Amino acid sequence: MRDVSIIGIGQVKVGEHWDKSLRELGYYALHAAMKDARLERIDSLFVGNMLSGELTGQEHLGAIIADFAGLKGVEAVKVEAACGSGAAALRMGYIAVAGGMADFVACIGVEKMTDKQNASVTSALAMAADGDYEALHGLSFVSINALLMRRYMHEHGYKKEDFAPFAINAHANAVNNPYAMFQAPVTQKQFTEAKMIADPINLLDSSPIADGAACVIIAPTAIAKEFTDRPVRIRASAIATDTVAVHDRRDPLFLEGGAISAQKAYAMAGVGPHDIDLFEVHDAFTIMSALSLEAAGFAPRGKGVALALDGEIGLSGRIPITTMGGLKARGHPVGATGMYQIVEVATQLRGEAGANQIKNARLGMAQNIGGSGATVITTILEGF
Amino acid sequence: MEVARFWRTKGQRYQLVGEVCPSCGEKIFPPRDVCPACEKEAKTPYTFSGKGEVYSYSTIYSAPEGFEKYAPYTVALVRLAEGPLVTAQLTDVDAQDVKVGMPVEMVTRVLREDGERGMVVYGYKFRPVCANQGAAAQQI
Ligand SMILES: [Zn+2]
Repeated sequence: MRDVSIIGIGQVKVGEHWDKSLRELGYYALHAAMKDARLERIDSLFVGNMLSGELTGQEHLGAIIADFAGLKGVEAVKVEAACGSGAAALRMGYIAVAGGMADFVACIGVEKMTDKQNASVTSALAMAADGDYEALHGLSFVSINALLMRRYMHEHGYKKEDFAPFAINAHANAVNNPYAMFQAPVTQKQFTEAKMIADPINLLDSSPIADGAACVIIAPTAIAKEFTDRPVRIRASAIATDTVAVHDRRDPLFLEGGAISAQKAYAMAGVGPHDIDLFEVHDAFTIMSALSLEAAGFAPRGKGVALALDGEIGLSGRIPITTMGGLKARGHPVGATGMYQIVEVATQLRGEAGANQIKNARLGMAQNIGGSGATVITTILEGF
Repeated sequence: MEVARFWRTKGQRYQLVGEVCPSCGEKIFPPRDVCPACEKEAKTPYTFSGKGEVYSYSTIYSAPEGFEKYAPYTVALVRLAEGPLVTAQLTDVDAQDVKVGMPVEMVTRVLREDGERGMVVYGYKFRPVCANQGAAAQQI
């Protein structure tokens, strides 16, 4: 197996891009990453995306983006794993390069969500859940997370406002990220007064619907330095699955898929949670941050929220999370999100995070979650 | 609407028909043909009692397509007496009266209607066990 590194990164600002189509967004991110890697051709293209068919009437994304980008003849396919599609695309690219099947692979995450009305997007997102046994009963994706949050509060004795630090931290960090959707802070008061979506989840527990695209170019580490001064090594990339429906889990408050994928990744990299300098969590909802921190071993069961309340998730805390704004404030273009996380960790490890730079960051981790924990991809990156 | 899709699951939706594992006795809902406890094949039908208690709940204010006219409505994870959790709506109860641990029972109600000429999909919902027996008697 060959060692693999990221030699180029690219992203577009997350937001409502009414003037840009899905293929344009994908192309812009790809173009930026190829330029960053000083590269004019690639061998393969993996496109992570969840909802292009449902929300834009376009499938066959591998070919569409390859064609639009002028990469005639290149190998190109779409990878889908709900909100985990982005990091899943990186995992597929990683397998291709590590296995010696390709040298230069572009992995894109792209999503176009703002062409449709809210109820349509809510229905589309519910496709990440169990269609016959969750969505058919009128459950939105938000409400499934709300069921987890309510039970978590019940079992561990937290109040609703205890979840505020996750949102406050994410927004504070997004202020310095020019690619973030919301470059504005939020307060505890705003959190408490935010509009309820699915009780107890309110607007500020939730990440926003958005358009976006991010891309990384990966290549064998042995030749990475020919293309960039600051390659970022992929030390681990691991996917694990769990039941799609939350009701099918023995213990809904434990993300078993998250734990398995984290353990696989730690084993692959030969490290543990104490070695990780920053962690991009999948904070689609505040409750998911807590469950992901616990599954990945950064907090014991029921203590994920306590970690945030203790101020340990900030840029100078014990384990900084959502360092560039997270899903909450950078925005959550679902199938693109996992790739934004990778680009952000790489940005930190290249020392390019500006005011948000984690001092001496060497190992960074991202956990991208599909559905409410049914697909979990853990990636560990290392700076040189 | 996909008629066959809803016809296929009528046993589950109208009567809570799941499965029981012939190897280890695990009661399974929704049916999944492979026992989640022992991973052996489990295809023996088993009808659940419909009794259970609220494990968690949420009131939805922002509803998916087709459910907008029902909002706000309350959904729950219900722990069935026989063991499994099931996801469903609660009915015949005010949202503020719902508590974790509240005893509930299954009833058959309309899940959604697709316009005047569209299909009406029925399925299980859960209502409080004690409080509502009085109210139901009064309606009669
Ligand atoms: Zn069994």
